[in-house]
Amino acid sequence: MEQKSNGLMGWIDARFPATKTWEKHLAKYYTPKNFNFWYFFGSLAFMVLVIQILSGVFLTMFYKPDTALAFQSVEMGIMRDVEWGWLIRYFHSTGASAFFIVIYLHMFRALIYGSYKKPRELIWIFGMLIFLVLMAEGFMGYLLPWGQMSFWGAQVIINLVNAIPFVGEGLSTWVRGDFVIGDATLNRFFSLHVAAIPLILVALIFVHIVALHEVGSNNPDGVEIKKNKDENGIPKDGIPFHPYYSVKDIVGVIVFLMFFSIVVFFMPEMFGYFIEHANFEPANPLKTPEHIAPVWYFTPYYSILRAVPSIAGSAFPGVIAMGASIVILFFLPWLDRNPVKSIRYRTGWYKILIVIFVITFIILGILGTLSPTNGRTLLAQICTVYYFAFFLLMPFYTKLEKNKTVPERTT
Amino acid sequence: MSADAVSNSKRRFLVAATSVVGAVGAGFVAVPFVKSWNPAAKALAAGAPVLADISKLEEGQMITVEWRGKPVYILKRTDENLKVLESDVDMLADVNSDLSKQPEYCKNIARSYDAHKKISLMEGVCTHLGCAPTYVPDLNNPFAGSLGADWKGGFFCPCHGSIYDLSGRVYKSMPAPTNLPVPHHMFKSDTVILIGQDGSNA
Repeated sequence: MEQKSNGLMGWIDARFPATKTWEKHLAKYYTPKNFNFWYFFGSLAFMVLVIQILSGVFLTMFYKPDTALAFQSVEMGIMRDVEWGWLIRYFHSTGASAFFIVIYLHMFRALIYGSYKKPRELIWIFGMLIFLVLMAEGFMGYLLPWGQMSFWGAQVIINLVNAIPFVGEGLSTWVRGDFVIGDATLNRFFSLHVAAIPLILVALIFVHIVALHEVGSNNPDGVEIKKNKDENGIPKDGIPFHPYYSVKDIVGVIVFLMFFSIVVFFMPEMFGYFIEHANFEPANPLKTPEHIAPVWYFTPYYSILRAVPSIAGSAFPGVIAMGASIVILFFLPWLDRNPVKSIRYRTGWYKILIVIFVITFIILGILGTLSPTNGRTLLAQICTVYYFAFFLLMPFYTKLEKNKTVPERTT
Repeated sequence: MSADAVSNSKRRFLVAATSVVGAVGAGFVAVPFVKSWNPAAKALAAGAPVLADISKLEEGQMITVEWRGKPVYILKRTDENLKVLESDVDMLADVNSDLSKQPEYCKNIARSYDAHKKISLMEGVCTHLGCAPTYVPDLNNPFAGSLGADWKGGFFCPCHGSIYDLSGRVYKSMPAPTNLPVPHHMFKSDTVILIGQDGSNA
């Protein structure tokens, strides 16, 4: 689109940067030409956000945030009485898990191609904040159907606050608004889930993308395309985001929606992983389900929590370890001292460390869904140690790497 | 000083003064929002004591009563059970309940009134993360599998596997740090218990 000084666009452009914004962020935003499969997940995350907002707005129209009505309004009202309500609800519940799948893969992409390294540290930090806020959103949303797992999951997590010395008990009462999880808790979680947190989420995604478009995208080779520009100042290895990647991403969207639809229509509970079986029973504060586990996307951290034994009668060390396992990710840009970004040009043994890291993370996730036994706790402890060692020893071992030569241009 | 001249020190003062006033104002305005999250008057009022009728409670049986939204277990133990409470002390983390919450009159091995030794009240709230432990009187119970052949009865928390004995005392090396709390209570008669009030406190 040309910058016009007359006509309708000219009139608008004199008053609002329509063409300028279009060009800066899409038509003349130059992206590396060598993006692979891993680069779909950013735009997919954005699409899942749209699915969640759209389905969430409609669920809010039929949901009642009241402990006496909530379960019925979901299981009877939305799932049975409201026309197509079941579909909207399954879009939302499947979307929640899809969001985390996409985000985990998006983060893994950043990990293997060094997308968190200079000059993209802030993009990574904004991304980590998005991840944190997303976890809060998922946690609070899970309380709303007011099933057994909603109630007891929230009970366990809010009681973690109790473990904080001195202020814990007062703080958890403050969070609940009652001495037990009740109407006050449900109402405030509803408000946070549908209004406050989505606003924060959208704001963070905005700054994540602004920061990305300031420095430009990384790529599987980890070379800066802005270092090689042609006579017009356009990166030689860059192609405009639109139409090249806007069209390519649509292919990703279609493939994603195929999988998404299979889950929504044929296995919306995903065998008890996306919606846990106990959640089809209304919350009963007097009876804990026989087996309780968080939703799958929290289980790796939950495993870390359980792996740390109580010290001096306090569960606080476990809470600290769980918090630290997420906080440590914020420091990734400074823990990794290797100047080479992409895993393609790093030592072979670093790839093995990454593979082991992925395996331990998955094992932690699986263990978090199972009830603890001595053997499982030991395994969780071993995985927890590896998880922390992988990050904490990074400043040392990344200096020992023998890198391959990084090419000047993308390959 | 002419009208156009800039006084940087005045500007600095004005910027600092307005920022501080603004920050203090924001701090004060935050108070009502933060305080609105405290338990409302209705929630505070719901803490009233409740009555429990135990006339139909047989030995070895347990009933659950709701008090302040929490499950309160009322367990009637057998003579056999009470003997176990004396002998299991080696396995317990806090035998004399020094670190645990109970009224003074229940700070004993049976964690009950001496006059009603068989009746034990405890909050069914695991001291680890607040799940409701399951009453497992004997090995004829789906949970008993992991408890071993010499199981003498007690409570098993399904969330993280904490084990308590029949007076709610936690076993050693469990995720739960302390014994199940005993609420304040008093016997109105031999068969009626008032939970949440005991004459000494409100």
